[in-house]
Amino acid sequence: MPFSNTHNQMKLKFSAEAEYPDLSKHNNHMAKVLTPAMYERLRSKQTPSGFTLDDVIQTGVDNPGHPFIMTVGCVAGDEETYEVFKELLDPIIQDRHGGYKPTDKHKTDLNPNNLKGGDDLDPNYVLSSRVRTGRSIRGFCLPPHCSRGERRAIEKLSVEALGALDGDLKGKYYALKNMTDAEQQQLIDDHFLFDKPVSPLLLASGMARDWPDARGIWHNDNKTFLVWVNEEDHLRVISMQKGGNMREVFTRFCTGLTKIEELFKNKGHAFMWNEHLGYVLTCPSNLGTGLRGGVHVKLPNLSKHAKFEEVLKRLRLQKRGTGGVDTAAVGGVFDISNADRLGFSEVELVQMVVDGVKLLIEMEKRLEKGQSIDDLIPAQK
Amino acid sequence: MASNFGRILSSKRNMGILSLVGAGSLTAGFLLTRDQHVNAGAQVRRKYPPSAEYPDLRKHNNCMASNLTPAIYAKLCDKATPNGFMLDQAIQTGVDNPGHPFIKTVGMVAGDEESYEVFADIFNPVIKERHNGYDPTNMKHPTDLDASKIKSGQFDERYVLSSRVRTGRSIRGLSLPPACTRAERREVERVVIDALAGLKGDLAGKYYSLTQMTEEEQQQLINDHFLFDKPVSPLLTCAGMARDWPDARGIWHNNNKTFLVWVNEEDHTRVISMEKGGNMKRVFERFCKGLQEVERLIKEKGWEFMWNERLGYILTCPSNLGTGLRAGVHVKLPLLSKDPRFSKILENLRLQKRGTGGVDTAAVGSIFDISNLDRLGQSEVQLVQTVVDGVNYLIECEKRLEKGQDIKIPAPISQFK
Repeated sequence: MPFSNTHNQMKLKFSAEAEYPDLSKHNNHMAKVLTPAMYERLRSKQTPSGFTLDDVIQTGVDNPGHPFIMTVGCVAGDEETYEVFKELLDPIIQDRHGGYKPTDKHKTDLNPNNLKGGDDLDPNYVLSSRVRTGRSIRGFCLPPHCSRGERRAIEKLSVEALGALDGDLKGKYYALKNMTDAEQQQLIDDHFLFDKPVSPLLLASGMARDWPDARGIWHNDNKTFLVWVNEEDHLRVISMQKGGNMREVFTRFCTGLTKIEELFKNKGHAFMWNEHLGYVLTCPSNLGTGLRGGVHVKLPNLSKHAKFEEVLKRLRLQKRGTGGVDTAAVGGVFDISNADRLGFSEVELVQMVVDGVKLLIEMEKRLEKGQSIDDLIPAQK
Repeated sequence: MASNFGRILSSKRNMGILSLVGAGSLTAGFLLTRDQHVNAGAQVRRKYPPSAEYPDLRKHNNCMASNLTPAIYAKLCDKATPNGFMLDQAIQTGVDNPGHPFIKTVGMVAGDEESYEVFADIFNPVIKERHNGYDPTNMKHPTDLDASKIKSGQFDERYVLSSRVRTGRSIRGLSLPPACTRAERREVERVVIDALAGLKGDLAGKYYSLTQMTEEEQQQLINDHFLFDKPVSPLLTCAGMARDWPDARGIWHNNNKTFLVWVNEEDHTRVISMEKGGNMKRVFERFCKGLQEVERLIKEKGWEFMWNERLGYILTCPSNLGTGLRAGVHVKLPLLSKDPRFSKILENLRLQKRGTGGVDTAAVGSIFDISNLDRLGQSEVQLVQTVVDGVNYLIECEKRLEKGQDIKIPAPISQFK
């Protein structure tokens, strides 16, 4: 946060041992990595904007563990966090992102022409398709640490940039604090509206401070391209539509992102990116592409099959309920998306989703007919 | 570390000497130089003028929002206490929580004793508004823990089911819950339980650390209605007091279960004396004796409570300054509570009603929690006497209504005696 823990120098009067958090009951990536010795080495450091080790780890200290998911347990307050606290974050990144090494390079590919197929997922099974990512504006602190002035500046920049989009991307911004009741209801009906975070994972990191100041939602007139401003990241960019034409969704996603990046550049602002970590976001779990591409798909039979989890794992996919993370599937409809974020390009990840979902649907059809799916079980990707 | 200091000391914004240690504060154990104090909270990063940082309080209804003008914000926003606590931290809870439907909340907290000095320009008007005109700049707060002065402190137990007195105490030299580091919080725990271990006789007891409690101990504490849990109210969580939960938090109580101390919840300590029945005098006697004993024990080790003659006992929330005292009873008032004059009677007696679950709960079966409204400007003895006299009056009213007799709204009692 821009304030608490900036009295870092005061803390140094106490021994590292006296300040070291009690992580004995914890089960998150941070708790696995942060030894007392590492705490001692890193606690006197801070990023140029004043983000400290305790700021990084507070959410992981306050939230010992999630019942089903191994949470990350730390956040970045600015781009430099990933450098200054490398010693802590590199092993976390490695563990979270399938062995990604500190020397590895991440490939960015936002050319939708490189995607093969993806326009013909069976609409009898696939109800909707969606791709999301995040972007951070270089030079500004991230949501856990930004001040009100910074957050408002980010909003102002973003609204100006988005305001220049045209064609099928032309749209409108709805500030959370100025929204009329009618606008709010419409956004809820469209499943666009995001609300103040309630998850303690997010609250403990300080990203909900000053809500709803400088938060808002932008979407195009067609309601297929959506940008969240100042929620968990500076920007969350979402392309979505009903049906199974993931190719179209991804094409619009890439076109939109590329245009937005250009518009920001025209104003003298780049996105946070480097060749090791790709796009830099608040949570280490979203580094690289920050991309989650997925579908809502009906798999009532396959989801009850004993090998369902194993198949997903081999396809490098994950399942969520239709409310998103931490929700349950309703009526056999699952949210199926890529499990990876870093170490694969955007095209590669969406390809995995497209190919993987096709296979899942084939399996579902077999099971409907009472046939076996053993010959369809894939090898580990 | 040297380079970090260099960065901080070269901050563009010049922090004035005015931001330093205020009157009457001891920082036991802290040997930092003035330069380090001045720049402890200074940030190299602020690029925006105060007007760009000023919070949007247009939809807010709390004491902070009512009093924090852009001018005051601009004057205070770059100041820090010697511990590095800053204005934005103090007001964060009030920015994040626009208003409570029934109660005008305070909307700000202190991070340490010096907060009340360094940010006096906003704390003073907030204190004045919350404490009905008490002016810290020219008034003195009386402290009186002589329980022998209480008259008629035994209530009719056909009406009063239980009696309770609570307050809080802060350990001078250690930051308060919104700002304390883990080491400071652990130090508070150590100092307090060390002192409590020295209590004897009917005050002898045991400490139950939240991190180490067994399941059985936990269940017993729940059954006794002693256990406090991680705060869920956003008023508290937004102020940062729930960080690192449950590290260094715990509950101490005497073997008789009539004297209880919470460690590191909303304040360093919350001290509670309670028992079934209506013997408020005895509850208050134990309360005073316990507090005085604990104070003696911490003094032996070189510590003291945060206190000054303007604000009395210093606690996290400005609403608890002065005595920090809430003395109350659970009392059955089925007829009086339905009388339209009930609220006015309470108001004139300077009492407040709550449900039997405490603040923000409803009354169950016509049993009300009745306690003093005021905290600051009157002594402990005066406030407890107010409750004694007031509750006796309410019981009289109830009895009269039972007999079909009429009741009178009493004249309002004066506030600052």
